[in-house]
Amino acid sequence: MNNPPDISQDPAEHEEYAHGIQKHVKGYLMVGAALIVCTALTVGLSYVNFGSPKANIIVALLLAAFKVSLVGAVFMHLAAEKKLIYRVLIFTGFFVLALFWLTYLAWYNPIVR
Amino acid sequence: MEIPYTISTRPDTGLWNAKIGIWLFLASEVMLFGGLFSAYIFLRLDAQPGEWPHGLLNVPVGTMNTAILIMSSVTVVLAWAALKMRRYRAYWWYMLATIMCGIIFLVVKLYYEWPQKFEHYGIFIKPGALEKYERYLGNNRRTEKGMEPRIEISGHLHNPEALKDPNVKEYEIGLDPVFVDPNNPANDRPHFLYAPPTDHIAKIEKEDVERIDSFGPWHSAYFASYFTITGLHGAHVLAGVLVFIYMWLPVSKKLYQRNPEHLANRVEVCGLFWHFVDLVWIFVFPLFYLL
Repeated sequence: MNNPPDISQDPAEHEEYAHGIQKHVKGYLMVGAALIVCTALTVGLSYVNFGSPKANIIVALLLAAFKVSLVGAVFMHLAAEKKLIYRVLIFTGFFVLALFWLTYLAWYNPIVR
Repeated sequence: MEIPYTISTRPDTGLWNAKIGIWLFLASEVMLFGGLFSAYIFLRLDAQPGEWPHGLLNVPVGTMNTAILIMSSVTVVLAWAALKMRRYRAYWWYMLATIMCGIIFLVVKLYYEWPQKFEHYGIFIKPGALEKYERYLGNNRRTEKGMEPRIEISGHLHNPEALKDPNVKEYEIGLDPVFVDPNNPANDRPHFLYAPPTDHIAKIEKEDVERIDSFGPWHSAYFASYFTITGLHGAHVLAGVLVFIYMWLPVSKKLYQRNPEHLANRVEVCGLFWHFVDLVWIFVFPLFYLL
């Protein structure tokens, strides 16, 4: 979904612009509904036995990742943002992965093993 | 002094300043919560069998709070869209709805979920005495089935004076339903609906007790991480609500009349923060309430 363009001061253009935003509003409502449905699904699936607790955790985290990407893409307008913001996020992603990699190293302790 | 680039874009970044500012801030927030989630993973992996509790939180209430937070994310983006369409009245109502959602979320947390924990006690039984309380724990069957043992009996403490008085030799605890019927397969997995402690009282001798703690942060690594992460998240919700109240008060109407796009941009930036808070909760909810 693209972001609404910047607003125009021209009354005729503004009318058209407001109409364009109205379309986005429908999208926001639909994403909100999808998020609520996903929440219900997360709760429901947590009571289904997928064979092991690990499998349940993976299912829940996949659903959470899907919900997060919906929020990010639509509500936070990341579906169409400026390059600089993506760059900041790539850096953030890199450092978060490094952080979780440290957790992994600390837990599996490959040096002592 | 005029603050530059509040609505126009800076040529080198291609963005108005607050937008790049909030994203840099959110990047630091990702690291903050990332560190805490990493601690959560570490503590959980490190927990000995039976040490990581399941099903202690009220799932329907958690689900409701999740839905409330999602709705508030929708209303804040609608508030922003209303401003973009120059409909101040609609903006005002959407903003009020967002504020109310945030307040309901906090009230449920602070006046319902958290206080309940401090009145609920868990008694950790010494490894040597677990057999003695088999009728509450049902560990023989659990071992047969390859499940983690139960090492704690929880419920409502009927004689709190036992906590301090050395002359009282046993704890009287109104058992949580699972300990009344520990061998029932229905109790192998947590239930959706919260069931309060029963009137079935178990007497547990102090000499068999390793430790007794209420469900506060001191109870276990689970509750320590639960209170730390939900506490920090709650502080974020509170901060968001305060900023939204400022945006909703008449002072923002003045800004709207002077420069509506500036207010829209402010709301967008605060909205980004709010969506991030929602996003953190999307992970908190399954990790603490469901799994």
